[in-house]
Amino acid sequence: MRVHVDPSKCQGHNRCYALAPELFDVDDYGNAFERNDGVVPAGLEDKARLALANCPEFAITIEE
Amino acid sequence: MSETVYGPVTDWATDFDHGSPAYAANQHKIWDDLKNSGCPIAHTDRYGGTWLPLTHEMVHSIAYDTDHFSSEGPVVGQLKPSEVPDRIGAPIGPVPPISSDPPFHNEARRLLLPAFSPKMIDPWRDEVIEICNKLIDDMGDADHIDAALQYSQHIPVMVIARMLGLPVEDGDKFRGWVNLVLSGIGEERTEERMQKFMEFNEYLAYHVNDHKENPREDLISFLLNAEIFGEKLSLEHAVGTVILLLIAGIDTTWSGIGSSLWHLATNSVDRRRLVENPDMIPTAVEEFLRAYAPVTMARVVKEDMEFHGVQMKKEDWVLLPFPAANRDDKQFANAHEVVIDREENRHAAFGLGIHRCLGSNLARLEMNVAVEVFLQRFPDFSVDANEMVTWSTGQVRGPRTLPFVVNARA
Repeated sequence: MRVHVDPSKCQGHNRCYALAPELFDVDDYGNAFERNDGVVPAGLEDKARLALANCPEFAITIEE
Repeated sequence: MSETVYGPVTDWATDFDHGSPAYAANQHKIWDDLKNSGCPIAHTDRYGGTWLPLTHEMVHSIAYDTDHFSSEGPVVGQLKPSEVPDRIGAPIGPVPPISSDPPFHNEARRLLLPAFSPKMIDPWRDEVIEICNKLIDDMGDADHIDAALQYSQHIPVMVIARMLGLPVEDGDKFRGWVNLVLSGIGEERTEERMQKFMEFNEYLAYHVNDHKENPREDLISFLLNAEIFGEKLSLEHAVGTVILLLIAGIDTTWSGIGSSLWHLATNSVDRRRLVENPDMIPTAVEEFLRAYAPVTMARVVKEDMEFHGVQMKKEDWVLLPFPAANRDDKQFANAHEVVIDREENRHAAFGLGIHRCLGSNLARLEMNVAVEVFLQRFPDFSVDANEMVTWSTGQVRGPRTLPFVVNARA
């Protein structure tokens, strides 16, 4: 599984970083990006889905 | 609380008044009744013509459509932006960047973002914990407290005053000006009101000058040195941003904390769950943000246009009721129920699109800590049945008095 944050949609709500800091980080402006090229380590799939379901800007996508 | 200058509302679909006490008291029912009667967007001639879209889809599309909707008037007033004397118009507006439109907005916002990013805000946690505990210490061993007057209203003021570099003890003044700007939108434009605006401007001018002469490590000094498009910010821009940070940083979070505590005072099952499982607080706070979102923003229509079958006129106000979007059952399962462990929660309490609340990380920190400390110190409390809970009017909604009985303390 891979996650991706669309930087043109992210407005820095910071929900993904709060819910799944293993998968997402934020830059100096508070905008999110995926860690480790978006690769979701085994066992963290639910966290990836949780982050997706809580992004107000619909900026996160998941490739299963 | 009194009616606005426009008098009592006759019909919510065609004559609504979002500044009236009746709207503040019954807004959830008003939105439901409107939507159920086939009116997803209400109109009023009040304030020179104002629209109230109620679905998540409409609010979302207006928030994203900066080509047709300007932010130069983020708070609805009795005068249209073009009618206000000496006003700074689009794309900058009087309080950048909330009043700014692209492309100016992007630069004005970008220079502020780092100061409010998660990694700069998280270190404030210990200080907020200390502020909250001190406020509770100050209540002594009283059984009857007011959680708005003695707690929620003070927390954001103390933090933002420190960040800006303004005297923390001037909190009462700041709250007076917040009420003036945000809660008094429907009041007569009396000389007394104008006098208060003058005092606010003089106070800011004094402190800005003091920062010019004695620069220090705070946001006012930062703004006085900041550059945009290769030049220092104009004084109007810097002062406008100070006004924004002060006003927007205070009663919004005060409302968010107050509504959360009000929910816990009136829902003992939820209160007990959080006392027993404090790890659930961050998820519960997101649900309080969804269900009791304090902030409605406004836009100004740029040119005559059609929107979802209604004819909008140039300079009409359009409200963006994020709290109504958050209760749209097309977007949220059981939208009208407060589910404190709701897992899927794309709420729009901090807005949508390019104007996402700059201070959202700080607001979340303050709300989480305020709820956590309150529950630690007062594991059981309820609303005092002999007293009244009162709510603010206007575009920021939250409890302004919260008379509680403390049933247990730790």
